[in-house]
Amino acid sequence: MRTGTRATAWSAALTGALVAAVVGCTTVGAVSLDSVAVAKAILDALPMLSFQVEATTRTIVVDLRLPRILLAAVVGFALGAAGTVMQGFFRNPMADPSIIGVSTGAAVGAVAVIAVPALAPPSLAVAGFTVASGLQLAAFTTALITAFGVYLIATEGGRTPVATLLLAGVAVQTFLGAVISYLMLHAGRSLERAVYWMMGHLHASSYDQVAFAGLSIAVGFPVLLAFASDLNVLLLGEEDAHHLGVPVERTKAILLAVSTLVTAAAVAVSGVIGFVGLIVPHVMRLIVGPDHRILLPTSALAGAVFLVLTDTVARARVEQMPVGIVTAALGAPFFLFLLRRREVTEL
Amino acid sequence: MTLIDVDDVSVSLAGTTVLDEVSTAVREGQFVGLIGPNGAGKTTLLRTMSGVLDPDAGRVGIDGDDVADLSSRESSRRVAVVPQDTTVSFDFSVEQVVEMGRHPYRSRFGGGSGDDRRIVRDAMQRVDVARFADRSIGSVSGGERQRAILARALAQDTPVLLLDEPTASLDVTRQVETLALVRELVEDGKTAVAAIHDLDLAARFCDELALLSGGEIVASGPPERVLDGDTVSDAFDGRAVVGRDAITGAPTVRALPERAASRDGRVHVIGTGHEAAATLARLVEAGFEPTIGPIPETDVAAEAARALGVETVVARPFESLDAGTLAELDRHVEAADTTVFAGAGAGFEAVIERLDADRPVVAVEDAVADGPRPLGRFERVRTTTLDNLTDAVAGAMVSRSKGADSTLTPVE
Repeated sequence: MRTGTRATAWSAALTGALVAAVVGCTTVGAVSLDSVAVAKAILDALPMLSFQVEATTRTIVVDLRLPRILLAAVVGFALGAAGTVMQGFFRNPMADPSIIGVSTGAAVGAVAVIAVPALAPPSLAVAGFTVASGLQLAAFTTALITAFGVYLIATEGGRTPVATLLLAGVAVQTFLGAVISYLMLHAGRSLERAVYWMMGHLHASSYDQVAFAGLSIAVGFPVLLAFASDLNVLLLGEEDAHHLGVPVERTKAILLAVSTLVTAAAVAVSGVIGFVGLIVPHVMRLIVGPDHRILLPTSALAGAVFLVLTDTVARARVEQMPVGIVTAALGAPFFLFLLRRREVTEL
Repeated sequence: MTLIDVDDVSVSLAGTTVLDEVSTAVREGQFVGLIGPNGAGKTTLLRTMSGVLDPDAGRVGIDGDDVADLSSRESSRRVAVVPQDTTVSFDFSVEQVVEMGRHPYRSRFGGGSGDDRRIVRDAMQRVDVARFADRSIGSVSGGERQRAILARALAQDTPVLLLDEPTASLDVTRQVETLALVRELVEDGKTAVAAIHDLDLAARFCDELALLSGGEIVASGPPERVLDGDTVSDAFDGRAVVGRDAITGAPTVRALPERAASRDGRVHVIGTGHEAAATLARLVEAGFEPTIGPIPETDVAAEAARALGVETVVARPFESLDAGTLAELDRHVEAADTTVFAGAGAGFEAVIERLDADRPVVAVEDAVADGPRPLGRFERVRTTTLDNLTDAVAGAMVSRSKGADSTLTPVE
């Protein structure tokens, strides 16, 4: 089958799975709803469609559950896409979206604002709607600054060797870890909130957050998709890629910038949700193969499905566990399972 | 027409000068082999030609344009590269890897055109990788992988093909096959430059060779001219002799061990064939100054003698020796301290009879076993194996200077 056809077929199937997951997970909660009612409520909320829906059901679905589920989908999509790009970019199976310090950088901004609220920038509002809170803006900004800093540190004479980038990322993350610890020492009564943020969470979500992360995906994902072939060629090694017509350094800079943007927006609204961006691309690579023209869209969609499902597990608990705990608790053993079966020894 | 023009190129890597003002030109439709010892700069020169490495000084022109000014897309439509290290650490199928050769021609969102698919199919057919097109590139053998990469380079459909050690990981027959294929592609109009470790293969398949040593091109031109014993010996910092391959007629290079301190004493060798050739080589190696003859010009031993720089008495094949030849033989035998018989040779009775019976004679074992050669007429004959040849010859010389020898071996 041709690559384009395969990509479309897989994407369609996973989109279907995502819709099913969204509807299915919306039925789960303190009050159980049946899926037909949920589907009707969701369709009713869409413009130009109208269904007969009970007022309480509408409130539960549209105002309470759906923002969180959609945010899970959007964040999962972003992390799945960025993780795929980073693993291909670094030709390293342990790469994830945060490898050049995006998450740690976001955490510095977030924890700083939580510990010292006076630091918070004003929230961003467009036409009267809040697009991002001060906390999110701070996290987003420090994430971008960190990634750009790592890139600058690793760049010499117009070249950015991948290995240097990796090591610079590790060093900068370690340093920022110290900064975060120091800030937390002085967080006082905000400590709990800071810890909670760092665990990765989707509670208290709003459509604003969905819009913020969704916007970055709308801008970034098509660009990543456009570079899927170049990413394939880059996997052969940078010299080979050059010989095959890929302007290596420019392509690397674009891939890095866009996946950083997408990751930073996701992390800013959800905190550090680990393992989605690491494990989802691996699993999808086993299923659809290494061709990024198929792997990238499918990993993004699978990331969305995965996070919607795991967040439902987190949400179903009475004490509202941060989803980061669930993804790591489920993801790591599965990853080890793949590792033992020698499925994940290489890209 | 000159397709690749390397002009005064200097490259330093990590502070070491790897290429030092190298200039060379590759004409369209030529197959040029880059030869030279390890670290001579072959790979660096190829990388400079492909534009992946910017020279510190000088320029490389491809089809009239400075390669540094070409975008990677433009240069990838002119030059395809088969790198030395073809290992890949991911699970693309062979076909997917070959398809990547079409990357320079693809628009960002368009899929492959029908042309692309046809070109990929043809490339796979040509290099004989179609059989395992669906297998993962990580699971095929090193040779198959190399061919897959070669197919990828073909799919790039470029006028220039650069190959870095294309035969390094292949077994003997595949080496020849690969180079023959490159040769064919050149006949079809491509221009190829390959770094080749094996001098014999380089000589056999290339139109021209460029010998690199210490970051400079020390010789270039047709193989017969570049592969000269002294030039090669200097470049490779060792001792090598150049002969001619019996089957292909191409020059062949053989490395020799360092010559031992030269010894006094002249040795004349009588015999033909491989045994005589080997005998000559051992004597030269041991530091003697042998001569050989009479021997037909086309004999293997005559080839060896030429390669080793050994003076030869040439005889016409299938004819009895004329007076001039016999006189020359007498002169050599007279000057020699010892005479060595090695290898079978028809019609040597006449030669043997000319020699004085009291000369010390060494017979290489098989020569004695081989035929009814009347060595019995000599008073002092030592038989020896090839391995003990040097000692036997040295012993015979000592006995000559002493005028007597108590350890004679009678020969039947």
